[in-house]
Amino acid sequence: MPIISYREAIRAAMREEMKRDENVVIMGEEVAQFNGAYKVTEGLLKEFGPKRVIDTPISEAGFIGLGVGASMLGIRPVMELMFWSFSYVAFDQIVNNAGNIRYMSGGLINCPIVIRGPANGGTNVGATHSHTPEAMLAAHPGIKVVCPATPYDAKGLLKAAIRDNDPVYVMENTILYNDKGEVPDEDYIVPIGVADVKRVGTDLTIVAHGRAVITSLKAAEILEAEHGVSVEVVDLRSIRPLDEETILASVRKTHRALLVEENKPFCGVDAQVAYIIQSKAFDELDAPIGRVSSIDAPQIYSKPLEDVQIPSPARVVEAALKVLA
Amino acid sequence: MADIIDMPKLSDTMTVGTLVKWNVKEGDTLAFGDILCEVETDKATMEVQNTIPGVLLKMYASAGAQLPVGAPICAIGKKGEAAPAPGSTNAPTPKAEPGKAAAVPPIPESTGVSCAPQAMASPVVATTQTGERAKASPYAKRMAEKAGVNVAALSGTGPGGRVVGNDVLAATAAPASAAGPLNVAVAAPADGKGIQADADVAVSSMRQTIARRLLESKLTVPHFYLETEVDAAPLLALRETLNRRLTEAGGKDALKLSVNDFILKASAEALRRVPAVNASWAGTNIRTHGAVHLAFGVALEDGLVTPVVRDAQAKSLRDIALEAKALIAKARAKKLTPAEMSGSTFTVTNLGMYGVSGFFGIINAPNAAILSVGATVQKPIVDAQGRIVVGQRMIVGLSGDHRVVDGATAAQFLQALRQMLEEPALMMI
Repeated sequence: MPIISYREAIRAAMREEMKRDENVVIMGEEVAQFNGAYKVTEGLLKEFGPKRVIDTPISEAGFIGLGVGASMLGIRPVMELMFWSFSYVAFDQIVNNAGNIRYMSGGLINCPIVIRGPANGGTNVGATHSHTPEAMLAAHPGIKVVCPATPYDAKGLLKAAIRDNDPVYVMENTILYNDKGEVPDEDYIVPIGVADVKRVGTDLTIVAHGRAVITSLKAAEILEAEHGVSVEVVDLRSIRPLDEETILASVRKTHRALLVEENKPFCGVDAQVAYIIQSKAFDELDAPIGRVSSIDAPQIYSKPLEDVQIPSPARVVEAALKVLA
Repeated sequence: MADIIDMPKLSDTMTVGTLVKWNVKEGDTLAFGDILCEVETDKATMEVQNTIPGVLLKMYASAGAQLPVGAPICAIGKKGEAAPAPGSTNAPTPKAEPGKAAAVPPIPESTGVSCAPQAMASPVVATTQTGERAKASPYAKRMAEKAGVNVAALSGTGPGGRVVGNDVLAATAAPASAAGPLNVAVAAPADGKGIQADADVAVSSMRQTIARRLLESKLTVPHFYLETEVDAAPLLALRETLNRRLTEAGGKDALKLSVNDFILKASAEALRRVPAVNASWAGTNIRTHGAVHLAFGVALEDGLVTPVVRDAQAKSLRDIALEAKALIAKARAKKLTPAEMSGSTFTVTNLGMYGVSGFFGIINAPNAAILSVGATVQKPIVDAQGRIVVGQRMIVGLSGDHRVVDGATAAQFLQALRQMLEEPALMMI
């Protein structure tokens, strides 16, 4: 199986879907002539031409609105945000319009838009460029949110998102863009709403999404090698819909849970996951649920401090040992 | 449409019932209130009454079967109707109720035990021996409930002494290997003629209850023991007089007072004088009881029960004697109801009739104490004038729950009891 990067996997997903369906188009800042701010859309303008790969002005509210309207008329736009942090100026389009139009129209209008782009801290780009809005967006019924952690999932989830008839927001991570992994050439999708057990273990369940999965897998190796602890890592992949059963099945096996995310802790995804575990698997718990999040402060600009702010394998190991005490 | 009768829940703690015998057969026409069968619970053998008039179509279980509460036992419908498959009922399968046992540990049940046991209807919070609320993870509590282990008796290895799953595993694994059938292997009698057959006898519900409740009491209640010797001569003299007069008045069927009746009455009066002993440990509280509900042990062929004389503080010696006799008769016929065996505040156990000189019973939790009565024996004593004379002596032992009462309080109770027995006229007022 070919080994490609996370960035190439996303590009492959878009390329394959554009070939499969002429209604799939790409819009965003610098996606065409500059080949993408992070080179994700590299080569697509050349291959598909300027009618399907379109540079937009620096105006998220405007071009996301353009995409929302186009999607209502049958186009399947894949909108790139240079950072998900910039979605905030387009919040009305993303949440109110895209998220509610099916409901508000009594099912007459649907909105098959995909919005994708990086949503992560850790790259020393400052507080206004480092937001992780997956929990905030997933709070709205009508919106689907996915956070791939690996090249395989990135391609499969994006393809599923493009084929989905409702808005799907794909949160990528600039730090993962160069990560490589096995990705099949043939057509496949990763269904939205299905979590994945990335590592099988017996003593502790770590639930994570996005890059926190990679961090947790590293921590699991340390825990196994240095502490003899067998850790299971559940990758949520989809934030909404959320695969409760995979989480609960793992907790029923290990009886201990640690939740890891790069969000800030307040009202983060793991606040909801913790609630689900305690309400549906209370009698399975052998210890209080543990949690590792980014430290609760605006994203710190100083690189050494930001490295401490975001969950690291060392912090995950420390928290895991507390849950295992 | 035929109706299915399920195994009823005949006591608070019943999860399984043994169908002792059927009183009806298939094809019988049944009225409301007819006795269908007898069921042995963990507490008693009880009759199950019919609630659906009709023809008994099918019996799903035969005598001797053990069935969970809610399992179908029979179907009743119209004559000639086909009996439904037992699965068509929505009988609940017995399931553990997680969490319930966590906050509220299994309430001690009422099947008595030699030395006691009988239960308050009110739940008692799981507490450790030091009186703190037992800390255990939800998972550990659920495991413990399944395994029949009291988490309060375990020492937790989790943070702050929390009992975790592994602690319960360790606790259940150890006794299993120590007391498993393999280790009771004993060579058969060398001459081939033993005193009885080598056999494994199935443990009855009553025996299981006795085993569980007494183990729990001995593991979780800090027992201490006091003993005193009583001059029983005045009591025996009074008993002799009363019984003679009762016989003269009532003939052959007249009430006959037993020594135990006097001890029950004396206990109630002694508790009135030292009420601190009429109390229960309730975790964060000590619950004092206004009424004296006296449990007393009744030995049966295959176990022991502890019926309760209620409000003994308000009853005369004669009332207590009549009630105790009625309860003993019911106990021997296995007809005691769970209500008649629950809610005691103090327990009396008596092995005097077997010539046992003195002993200490295991506390019938959540009682604070149990009184153990030995035989009255003739022995030389030194009287008030310094002479050695023949005395009638009885040894009584008291086992106390040190969380509830201290030695001095228990000693005051024994003193009051002794005075009551040595000057039995005091019981009359």
